[in-house]
Amino acid sequence: MDFDLSDDHALIQRTVRDFARGEIAPVAEELDRTKSFPYEIVRKLAGLQLMGIPFPEEYGGGGGDTLAYVLAVEELTRIDSSVAITLCAHTSLGTQPIWLFGSEEQKREWLPRLCAGEVLGAFGLTEPEAGSDAGNTKTRARLEDGQWVIDGAKQFITNAGTDISGVVTITAVTGGDNGQREISNLLVANGTPGYEQGEPYRKMGWNASDTRPLTFTDCRVPEDNLLGPRGAGFKQFLHVLDIGRIGVAAMGVGLAQGALDEALAYAKERRAFGQPISRFQAIQAKLADLSTEIEAARLLVYKAARLKDAGRNFTLTAAQAKLKTGRLAVRATEEAVQIHGGYGYIEEYPVCRFYRDAKILTIGEGTDEIQQMVIARALGA
Amino acid sequence: MKICVLVKEVPDAAVEKRIDHSTGRMDRSGEKNLNPFDTHAIEAAMQIKEGGAVPVEEVVAVTMGPESAVRALHKAVSLGADRSVHLSDEALAGSDVVATGYALSKTLERESPDLVLLGQQSDDGECYTIGAVVAEYLGMPSLTQVIKIDVEEGKLRCERQAEYGYDTVSVQLPAVISVGDAINEPRYPSLKAIMGAKKKPLDALAASDAGVEASRVGLDGSMVECGDFTDPPQKEPGQIIEDEDTAETVEKVVAWLEERKLI
Ligand SMILES: Cc1cc2nc3c(=O)[nH]c(=O)nc-3n(C[C@H](O)[C@H](O)[C@H](O)COP(=O)(O)OP(=O)(O)OC[C@H]3O[C@@H](n4cnc5c(N)ncnc54)[C@H](O)[C@@H]3O)c2cc1C
Repeated sequence: MDFDLSDDHALIQRTVRDFARGEIAPVAEELDRTKSFPYEIVRKLAGLQLMGIPFPEEYGGGGGDTLAYVLAVEELTRIDSSVAITLCAHTSLGTQPIWLFGSEEQKREWLPRLCAGEVLGAFGLTEPEAGSDAGNTKTRARLEDGQWVIDGAKQFITNAGTDISGVVTITAVTGGDNGQREISNLLVANGTPGYEQGEPYRKMGWNASDTRPLTFTDCRVPEDNLLGPRGAGFKQFLHVLDIGRIGVAAMGVGLAQGALDEALAYAKERRAFGQPISRFQAIQAKLADLSTEIEAARLLVYKAARLKDAGRNFTLTAAQAKLKTGRLAVRATEEAVQIHGGYGYIEEYPVCRFYRDAKILTIGEGTDEIQQMVIARALGA
Repeated sequence: MKICVLVKEVPDAAVEKRIDHSTGRMDRSGEKNLNPFDTHAIEAAMQIKEGGAVPVEEVVAVTMGPESAVRALHKAVSLGADRSVHLSDEALAGSDVVATGYALSKTLERESPDLVLLGQQSDDGECYTIGAVVAEYLGMPSLTQVIKIDVEEGKLRCERQAEYGYDTVSVQLPAVISVGDAINEPRYPSLKAIMGAKKKPLDALAASDAGVEASRVGLDGSMVECGDFTDPPQKEPGQIIEDEDTAETVEKVVAWLEERKLI
């Protein structure tokens, strides 16, 4: 077993770390405060070919593997979760289904622009009545004169309403009766009449990321916009979510590491009772526990990435990684605020933002309870 | 024109600097990075190449360092260098500045560059002198702390950061130029550049391959002898004046400054 990153992976990690420190850290607080989508940063990430890391070069992708993707996501989240989820949702959820299930024509149409970051991809699965129970989708699509006519609504969708949003993959019921519903995935381009993006939500965190409700009213797309075989939608979205979990798990590790970075630096600076607070055993214990937990969680995430890259089953490990890291991010950011004392409650300190950004990681792309279900199922319980 | 860029692997800026008391050398364990100043030197080379004022056939990254230093070269070629040269030998360990400059100059002689660029200082040793030493051995003019380079007919017109303002200097090639970080904004390597870096040629040289005389390098070949290291003496704590009444505070500050004949 080799725990060292290859030279390429180490340099990708180093590059994204330097980029995040140099280009994102100086603007992160402002983007969060003003709830501004990071267009300029997305453009720069695209310039480094980071908007399509794990997709093949022949479709304009970066030609990297899942581990490269994980390292990049981790380093971004260490500095800014909003930027990280923008890249993550675009890659794992927006672009992934087209790469996995798209026809050659669909791939040629969308992948080069998505991978180049010219347009953003989104994945519309969640609905008002279909969250954890994502198969309970109420959105319907019926075939009429060679077109799918879509009616329904989606909830909490990332990346669908920016100036550069290009396409959303949605699940819709395309047939069957209520016992045996047929779910399929359809591509809907931004600008299609009848497809509208609502106002952005007022969120607890991820303030610079775009999250909106979507509505489809008599929205017509060509029959060819069906992704893969009709009726394969359920299996397809489960597979997409499996992969997505690895990315979100990398976010959890990155956020926890970012919280530890800030907490450690602050603890060495801040003095109380005549010495830096990092000399107090109670603070040291927190820092030591966090660093241990983070290292363990990181190995789990890298393992999930490695399993996927080796073409092996990663469902269990990805769910474990997602469960472990979401909780860890919540705990680590809380401890980091605690170590900052009152200053941690003030927005001038990144840990304040980190704390707000953490909670979604136990909810999005499958709640902790859903991860437990996936894990228990894999255990045969 | 052929440009060689000297690069070095150094401890990451986030790693606290420590002297290893048992060896008298810097503790270089922990996370490493390409010396940030050298990324400016590579960028300067790339800008000359891409600027088009003079055709540049090749940019070659050169380092002397242990096995792990290939990562610094890897980064250098991902930033645009066409190939790299790694001088690595047990015999070189412990070389001081003069010995290092000598070994590097022997390596550079094999390449016969028209221009040698390097960062003005390394993040670890911070001696600021390697460029001058290399230039001396190569018999080339040396310019240090350069923050602007313009190509002119067979010459380079450079601005040097001086204590008060800038020196503008024209230099004939070949020359050795060390650059400051104000010279440019280095680019980040793209994913493709990173993954293509391993495909660019890397020459691994032992000391003898480069014609380096073993007696002139390493601990024994170095003239610097490290004595004992101690922490710098603790500074007296400063005087804190509580600002209760601002007029009074100003008086106290003025009195303090006058006492020391500072105003
Ligand atoms: C900022 C943000 C961005 C998002 N981005 C996207 C996106 O891009 N695309 C997308 O499709 N979705 C997105 N989502 C939606 C997200 O994936 C869902 O919110 C999540 O899956 C949970 O669904 P829900 O909110 O309907 O909660 P519910 O499913 O209503 O869950 C409520 C509670 O019940 C628990 N629960 C539900 N079922 C079970 C069970 N069987 N056993 C035990 N407990 C259970 C849940 O764990 C949870 O605690 C986003 C959400 C947010 C907040």
